[in-house]
Amino acid sequence: MSTPPLIKVQNLKKSYQTDEVVTPVLEGLSFIIEKGEFVAIMGPSGSGKSTLMHILGFLDRPSSGTYLFKGQETSGFTDRELANIRNTAVGFVFQSFFLMSKTTVLENVKLPLIYSAEPAKEKKAKAAVEAVGLTYRLNYFSSQLSGGEKQRVAIARALVNNPDVIFADEPTGNLDSKSGHQIMEILEKLNDSGKTIILVTHEQDTARHARRIIKLLDGQIVDDSAVIDRRFVKDGGLNK
Amino acid sequence: MNFSNIIHLSLVSLRSNKTRSALTGLGIVIGIASVIIIISVGAGAQSLIFSQIEKVGSNLVGILPGAAKKDGPPAIAFGITVTTLKTADAEAILKRVPEVAAVAAFVQGNETVSWQNQKVAATFLGTLASYTSVEDATILNGRFFTESEEKSVTRVAVLGSKIAQDLFSDQDPLGQQIKIKRESFEVIGVFKERGSVGFQSPDSQVFIPLLSGQKLLLGINYLNLIRVKVRRSEEVPQAVESIKEVLRQRHNIQNPNNDDFDVRNQAEALAALTTITNALKFFLAAIAAISLLVGGVGIMNIMYVAVTERTREIGLRKAVGAQEETILKQFLIEAVMLTFLAGVIGVLLGAAVSGLVALMADYLGYAWKFIVSPVSIMVSVAMAAGIGIVFGYFPAKRAAHLDPIEALRYE
Repeated sequence: MSTPPLIKVQNLKKSYQTDEVVTPVLEGLSFIIEKGEFVAIMGPSGSGKSTLMHILGFLDRPSSGTYLFKGQETSGFTDRELANIRNTAVGFVFQSFFLMSKTTVLENVKLPLIYSAEPAKEKKAKAAVEAVGLTYRLNYFSSQLSGGEKQRVAIARALVNNPDVIFADEPTGNLDSKSGHQIMEILEKLNDSGKTIILVTHEQDTARHARRIIKLLDGQIVDDSAVIDRRFVKDGGLNK
Repeated sequence: MNFSNIIHLSLVSLRSNKTRSALTGLGIVIGIASVIIIISVGAGAQSLIFSQIEKVGSNLVGILPGAAKKDGPPAIAFGITVTTLKTADAEAILKRVPEVAAVAAFVQGNETVSWQNQKVAATFLGTLASYTSVEDATILNGRFFTESEEKSVTRVAVLGSKIAQDLFSDQDPLGQQIKIKRESFEVIGVFKERGSVGFQSPDSQVFIPLLSGQKLLLGINYLNLIRVKVRRSEEVPQAVESIKEVLRQRHNIQNPNNDDFDVRNQAEALAALTTITNALKFFLAAIAAISLLVGGVGIMNIMYVAVTERTREIGLRKAVGAQEETILKQFLIEAVMLTFLAGVIGVLLGAAVSGLVALMADYLGYAWKFIVSPVSIMVSVAMAAGIGIVFGYFPAKRAAHLDPIEALRYE
């Protein structure tokens, strides 16, 4: 018996209801993401890519359809179960970093662990900071860091609980191109070492760092294919 | 997430908004401090009143001329002169009431007392030789007047310690002639300092034989007051009844409603005063408690602001797996810590102010006790923490129920 895929969604639908008006956002998506993949979810704003990421990241529930995570049906999870799975199975990197100001790098990275039963919080947090090459900033306040450094702290925070999948929502959107490439390089390395990464972006160039692109338009998948001309930061992809 | 983590989080958050935390806490500080001050100063004032009355003696019974309703003020308080109480009444009480140990009768007036060029306005008391066995008064120099001196309109006087000092400074008053309203009296004794007793200051009074006071100075034949010392304080109620009987017989009164005298004992006065002062104390404490309520509303307001301000932080915490009740606890503990700390500061401030009041009262010569009861401290701090829980709950609940997606999107 082979292991079930990491993520398997079938006929996933999501709509928002305000008063009498029902606005469909996702209209019956089906796909599978295996462990170790690097997938970019692409699409213009309003295509539903953020909503899809929220559902895949357990911040939201689908209106209908199934979402199997490691073979387990999750669409009926309670708030408590969702919080638990967010704490242990996924990590988030956001466009605007979401670091806590007046708090050190170490404390920021430690944040997911204080909500878990993890015993070696300090050690794990330091290891995660090291993985993004920021050990020399360990006790700096997050407000003292550059944008690129901030996003690296955010990646360390997403890594700290050793999640099954990392969601990166426009991680380079608020960065200059040099810092952006640093971030993409880290994500590439993480994927090379086996981490599943789901990148949400509207930029073709950024998406081409992934191995596979799922294109969304108006809540439907219009394309789902492997990246042939993949970009790598390490071989000259630094310039756009 | 364990408890110390949450405490740490709350401290960090309170510290990162020092000014706001301090101003918010100030409402609670003031409220708790006023509760402590009111209760402490109230207890101090009560102790002062009690000590004044107890100094007079708990086994003393006072008899005033004129009828009075139960618990009402005596007739003389309305300026009514009643002439029915006589020296013979005092003698009869001593003779016929077995529980009575000693009886002193009093007349009283205010006159200028002078020696050579020194003049002071003072109260003189005409009393019996038995005065020193009824009241707790000790002669420092010389002697008190005797029964025979008292019976023969002798011109002798015993001075309170303060008036002796005022008139004679460092000179020896014994044997000197002082004048009370142009009548000469020889100083035969000086009392030891007694402090204030029953809100009078015997240290500033001049004591002369009863008859001398009645005949030479006042021109009356009745008494202002009889004071009876009962052997034991348990016998006071019985003695009071017997005294009433004796007086009714002597004054030919059949119906107790027609009494032309008023027998009062210290225990009754004490009980009445306790009731009044307690009521006053709790009334004031209730007003102070209202200020706490206002402080609590301030806390709630600021906590709502904090929740709104930290919407994104809350969203992030939820995104990385914080449970609703953890967020609730975090905000609740933040509110409780703020009010608890404010409560502790309030208690310290209140105790300091109460201590200052006690010091000042002490300096002014009152036997003021500095009382901050452990109960009032515990109640105040518990009240402060309780306010944190009550007024922190709704903002904390709002924080806990925030939708993480909405919260992360919040600008």
